Amino acid sequence: MDALLAIRARGITKSFGDVVALDGIDLEVTQGQIHGLVGPNGAGKTTLLGLLLGLAVADSGHLEILGTPIARALAAPDGVAGFVDGPGLYPSLTARQNLAALAALRGHSVRTTGIDDVLDQVGLTDVADDRASGFSLGMRQRLGLAAALLTKPRLLVLDEPSNGLDPAGKTHVHSVLTRLATDGTSVVLSSHRMDDLEALCSEVTILATGRVVFSGPLSKLAAESRELDYRLRTSDPQAARRLAADTAGVHVDDDAGARHDTQVLVVRALVPALDELVVRLVHAGIAVRELAPVVSPLEAAFLALTEQQEAIR
Amino acid sequence: MTATIADAHAAGTRRVSVARGYRFELVKLVSQWRIRLLVLTCWIAPALFVAAVSQQSSLPVDTLFGRWMHATGWAGTLVMLGFAGTWALPLLTSVVAGDVFASEDRLGTWRHLLVAVRSPRRIFAAKALSSLTVILLLVAGLACSSAAGGVVAVGNQPLVGLDGHLLTPADAAGKSLLAWVCVLAPTLALAAIGLLGSVALGRSPMGLLLPALVALAMQLAQMLPLPVAVRVALPGYAFIAWSGLFTSPAQLGPLLIGIVVSLVWAVTATALAYVLFLRRDFTNLTDDGSGRRAVTAGVLPLVGLVAVTVAVVAAATPATGSGIEQDRVQRSVATAFAHLYRMQAQQLNRPDVTEAQLQATATCNKGGGNLAAQGPGNDWRCVISWHLPDVEAAGTAIYQLDVTADGRFVADGDGPKEVNGYFLVRTPTGDAPNPLWQFDGNVELLPTTRKG
Repeated sequence: MDALLAIRARGITKSFGDVVALDGIDLEVTQGQIHGLVGPNGAGKTTLLGLLLGLAVADSGHLEILGTPIARALAAPDGVAGFVDGPGLYPSLTARQNLAALAALRGHSVRTTGIDDVLDQVGLTDVADDRASGFSLGMRQRLGLAAALLTKPRLLVLDEPSNGLDPAGKTHVHSVLTRLATDGTSVVLSSHRMDDLEALCSEVTILATGRVVFSGPLSKLAAESRELDYRLRTSDPQAARRLAADTAGVHVDDDAGARHDTQVLVVRALVPALDELVVRLVHAGIAVRELAPVVSPLEAAFLALTEQQEAIR
Repeated sequence: MTATIADAHAAGTRRVSVARGYRFELVKLVSQWRIRLLVLTCWIAPALFVAAVSQQSSLPVDTLFGRWMHATGWAGTLVMLGFAGTWALPLLTSVVAGDVFASEDRLGTWRHLLVAVRSPRRIFAAKALSSLTVILLLVAGLACSSAAGGVVAVGNQPLVGLDGHLLTPADAAGKSLLAWVCVLAPTLALAAIGLLGSVALGRSPMGLLLPALVALAMQLAQMLPLPVAVRVALPGYAFIAWSGLFTSPAQLGPLLIGIVVSLVWAVTATALAYVLFLRRDFTNLTDDGSGRRAVTAGVLPLVGLVAVTVAVVAAATPATGSGIEQDRVQRSVATAFAHLYRMQAQQLNRPDVTEAQLQATATCNKGGGNLAAQGPGNDWRCVISWHLPDVEAAGTAIYQLDVTADGRFVADGDGPKEVNGYFLVRTPTGDAPNPLWQFDGNVELLPTTRKG
């Protein structure tokens, strides 16, 4: 099946002195995809995002963005927008002035460039004429996103866009990103919030110590994962415990259950074994009221893969 | 099988032009309250200051042209020019040029700016041009405001030059404007040093203070008994040398050398800032461009520039020692006395006498004749002799001189009382300030012009 690639990276390396920030990175992001970048601190996420924005050039490897090979710094093609290490805003300007200045810088007419529209999209219309110096971190993040939207990007690169966002702000940002992806814009974002990534991303890349330890769809990540802990709440906890103990591939964690709630059972299993347990519970006439992973599959995979990588090193 | 989006879209990289970057930088500068405050202050405060001081009974006689602030409105703008060269311009360049790059480090906006503009070269050009524009606006404010305040408060009267000759109001206005234009050269040098400090020192407050510190160091150097070749080769000399415009003929040599040296400094410091800026690694968050290598790369070439300019000035001019020699002091004092004597004669309604008829000469010594008659000091003593038509006996008058290392002197009349011993003279219309009682002058350190 053909897919249009917004990013194609092969064997990207980047060092700062003796520190190897990226070590042979491969990455592919298709058009209209929201791609998550995950990794512990120092894994190389910001360096990689910086390369995508054109802030630096790789020491070796091949990077192609929107079809343009990137051979030198600041050569990212038009259509790439975003921010790393927080949005760049000028506190002495209002939100609207920040956007107007940026639009004028790019040679766009302030009247026709859609400043009001992007402010509305990120939910900052009410504070459009307030100075950015008074903005909270979340408002600054949203204004940074608005600045990126102003350029009508085809590739949006965002570093921790959910930082400091309240629930309403998060909803605004998520809806904007989802709509952009639907319209064909590719989005690459890094985050430490696994719930955000699971809600937004169709694919993720996990980095550890400058290397890719996983890249692909979230479903593939779940399938590759080892056993997960699940919270199981039923109408008959005692009977459910017995059935779980008798089901092959399912292990009951008594300590974990006692720590939380006596009505809740914590079981460790792969997905097929868990499916078998659910079937047996239903046949036994026990109602399943809650079944959810204790930690998300992405987080579990992240922890497992990054710990493995650390152990290898 | 994959294909890239280039198949669907024509990709390309479009850089922002310097003109648009310049407007962007201007918007950012003008949006800062401190810049707005500076602009307002520079366009309003000098007028109020000059008008207020001109109405005082006690004038700032220790400042060049300060003693003439009652007599003409054009003295006020020159007093302001002297003050600006000492304090205002170094501080203004510090606040504007010394912060124009560092502010991006403080705000964490470099990456944003680079992604938007995509050319460090154009960012540098836009920032340098925008800060230059604001500095020019501030200097224009100081000049226009002080001139307007003086002319409105005192009037458009003739100005007494530094050698005592009288400049018409139009001439005074033109030379005042020219003097302000001349100090743009050392101002540009300080602005370039500000850019260099802002680039090389990053977030450090030293970057902001660098122009002010350099200006202070240069002022201290001008107070020291340095060889004249060193004095003239410093980039701030034009802040002093503009006074040469107010003699007849104008002492253009030191002024032109000072301007050229300042411009060389401006170009060199800007070029160093440019090179350091282009070398900076903006991908490293902890790197704000500062560091030993950056500081060394900024400082060493400028130290070398001082050595080169001193050598060139020493080789190209007959400059030796302090430049304050007995014959130059005598010539300056005698010339100024002759011009002012003529003015006093007109005040007293006496027959007009020309400077040529007066044939004024001065005999000066230092330390009561016990010291070599050269160099700065407040122990110079001059006896001036002159002749009046049809009077056989020569008139004489005594002056005590305080000559500073930059060549400027204050001559204090020591008698006789009817000529220079009292601060007032009795004119047909009442008492008036005695122009011969005390007067300012300057010794031309580089004798490139001949007195007419």
